[in-house]
Amino acid sequence: MIEARFDGTWEGWRDTARGLLANEIRPQEVLWTQETGQQALSGILATVDTGTSVPLRVPRGFLEDAAVVACHRSPEPWAVLYRLLYRLTHGERHLLEVTSDKDVLEFRRMEKAVRRDIHKMHAFVRFRKTGENRYVAWHRPDHRIARINAPFFVRRFGSMHWAILTPDESAYWDTQTLRFGPGVPRSEAPAQDDLEELWRTYYASVFNPARVKVNAMVKEMAVRHWPTLPEADIIPKLLAEAGTRVEVMGAARRESAAPFVPETVELPVLREAAAVCEGCDLHRHATRTVFGEGPLDGGVVFVGEQPGDLEDLAGRPFVGPAGQLLDEVLREAGIDRESLYITNAVKHFKFEERGKRRIHQTPRGVEIAACRPWLEAEMKILQPRLIVCLGATAAQSVFGRAVRVNAERGQFLPNHMAEAAFVTIHPSALLRMPDPAMAAAERSRFVEELRRVRAWLG
Amino acid sequence: METRKKLEILADAAKYDASCASSGSRRARAEGGLGNTEGMGICHSYTPDGRCVSLLKILLTNYCIYDCAYCVNRIGSDTPRARFTPQEVATLTMEFYRRNYIEGLFLSSGVIQSADYTMEQLIETARSLREEHLFGGYIHLKAVPGASEVALALAGKYADRLSANIELPRAGDLVQLAPAKTHEEIEESMSRIQFRLLEAKDKTKRNGKRPFFAPAGQTTQMIVGATSATDVDILTKSTALYEDYKLRRVYYSAFSPIQHSAPGMANEKPPLVREHRLYQADWLMRFYGFHSSELVTEVNGNLSLEHDPKLAWALEHREFFPVDVNAASKEALLRVPGLGVRNVERILRMRRFHKVTLEDLRRLRVSTDKVRPFVVAAGQGPANPDAARHKIEEKLRQPKQMELFAAAATARTGEL
Repeated sequence: MIEARFDGTWEGWRDTARGLLANEIRPQEVLWTQETGQQALSGILATVDTGTSVPLRVPRGFLEDAAVVACHRSPEPWAVLYRLLYRLTHGERHLLEVTSDKDVLEFRRMEKAVRRDIHKMHAFVRFRKTGENRYVAWHRPDHRIARINAPFFVRRFGSMHWAILTPDESAYWDTQTLRFGPGVPRSEAPAQDDLEELWRTYYASVFNPARVKVNAMVKEMAVRHWPTLPEADIIPKLLAEAGTRVEVMGAARRESAAPFVPETVELPVLREAAAVCEGCDLHRHATRTVFGEGPLDGGVVFVGEQPGDLEDLAGRPFVGPAGQLLDEVLREAGIDRESLYITNAVKHFKFEERGKRRIHQTPRGVEIAACRPWLEAEMKILQPRLIVCLGATAAQSVFGRAVRVNAERGQFLPNHMAEAAFVTIHPSALLRMPDPAMAAAERSRFVEELRRVRAWLG
Repeated sequence: METRKKLEILADAAKYDASCASSGSRRARAEGGLGNTEGMGICHSYTPDGRCVSLLKILLTNYCIYDCAYCVNRIGSDTPRARFTPQEVATLTMEFYRRNYIEGLFLSSGVIQSADYTMEQLIETARSLREEHLFGGYIHLKAVPGASEVALALAGKYADRLSANIELPRAGDLVQLAPAKTHEEIEESMSRIQFRLLEAKDKTKRNGKRPFFAPAGQTTQMIVGATSATDVDILTKSTALYEDYKLRRVYYSAFSPIQHSAPGMANEKPPLVREHRLYQADWLMRFYGFHSSELVTEVNGNLSLEHDPKLAWALEHREFFPVDVNAASKEALLRVPGLGVRNVERILRMRRFHKVTLEDLRRLRVSTDKVRPFVVAAGQGPANPDAARHKIEEKLRQPKQMELFAAAATARTGEL
């Protein structure tokens, strides 16, 4: 039996192993002993002349993988490495291909463990800023990888001054040179970094409380690493609050008319159902639902914004001042109102009470979206050739996106509910214009656009 | 609004995008710059939902002119809104990167003003990172539907990866739920990106130097369970997308009935296991030589929730087994339930030197219980297809007793 004393490093082992191999020492004759301190440097083999070592002929990649295995914290690697080396050079050149071989399995098991640790160090090192362009991290790896892993951080953070401290060994980089020093306890690392609060905010925001899978998290981010991960501080809090957050999400009321819309091909059935719609809050204050009206086979549908004060009382669309203006303009354009189906994007009047007056309020996006199922259902029954959108609210509902009227008006645009959809202004916009000259110009443009609608319809 | 509040809103709004990968790109750090990518992605953290945190994944803004029913940021939603400037995002990315919290940035946005305006804002963020901050880490930019060819070409100059989300598997679903978007328009973006990728490749061949254009390619995302689309619909669409645009990945995101979710949407959460099965099927299509049409065995057009798709296929094709591990082709070995790509490669290498036994498989940490009914190995006696068939049938009779069917439990609870 030969006692092979070496310094416990990869390089030390490699030199010693070369000497043993040159002397044809079989693996079962070797007892590997690590020494630390001064004597290790000279403490190779007394009985073996290492000077006669021959170049190693081993498969490509073996030495690289072996250097990784050598970082394994247990005392096991050295004997396994030598057994492999011996077999590879004694008639089993393809040994590494036989992945089910016991030595190969051991080798790969340790390699995998160290490589995983290396990868986790890439992931879990957390730098803390200690000054201008100066950063310090303290990390506790499972294996002795501080040295082998330092070049990764140089490649990535080469323009920063940094130190990565571990209990075994520490690496220092000053933007030019990589140096190593002894390990240090965690107490020597900086205690915090102001940015960590922002990082925790991000971490908390991307967590989905409806899908708690603690085991999956812990499998990839072992609890032993938590003390050096700033985000781990809030894990208990996130878990404790997850249940409540899910309840709040579940309770958040979804405003939609969808549950009130019946499956039907009969417009009167739809109208009747709409009368009792409570899909959003608007029904609470309005007098009644104002549904669309007009012939089923006219081929064209006009969509307004929402009923106004008089429409709300009468229960019919476009009977107030805006409706009267629409009638006039339609006449000028040569369109018979009786041939049109007229409806609104939102079917309840939204207003603010000021004294005895009810002042119109523009519906919000949520209310437009909540009411859209009624419009969709109407269009499904009517199957119009053309939809004319009066104003931005109507256009938003018909196109399913924000529409800038002035940018898109006057064109026959593709739409999923009809052959085409056409955007123009709402007549009430004319009523609100303070400048009479401008109002007159807008009015003739409105008439002109409606003439084009008539021409399109043929 | 303070940065922290904005981050809270815009990170929360971005988390419905399933993609988190930071792989597939190699870039050395620029002289005096910060950051690199080395091909392999790194997950810097994990949240308690088991998901990986690799990139700073945020929206530039969650204001949006569109009203897509499945999206929490649609115009008709009451969600709180915020907007970052490109400079704010660039600074935040750098600060996080310096502390090794992230691999880089995944930036998407609600659409404001127009597709091109929005795309320009995303590009400006990436440009600033690359040119002003000399940032060498990973950048994934969303290709806004409808963005011009010029904008996409510029985006690929700065980004490692681009993605245009197909959103829903059937063109008709999009008409219903996202009337402002169309498959044609989204696929037009994919096709433009694909063209530039091919062009970059072609120039590499001719000049030897690869011009920088989204080296990690393009990906997309499909929402699962928001409509009645079946797994056949989904996998058929995926296959077409992989073939037509050479996508690196299709991500599947189980629809979660979000806060303020819109009318016309599914109220029920699809079982999480469905998303998992789709990923398994997707994997089998890309690496195991399966075709989408083979994988769906259920009459309703969906993948089996009880068995993983490979086992489901094996149980339907008992005539294919047993497979001889010492003689079968790679393609045949890949079809054995319980054998993965890596182990198939190991078997192929190993069998050049000695006959592979069940003990060999056990040492490769293959579950021999799982593969035994489907394979013949050395020392196992002569191949006996009847015995194997018998074992499979036994399995079919008592599915609940097999460890292999643990997945059934996950199908019931939705937990994986």
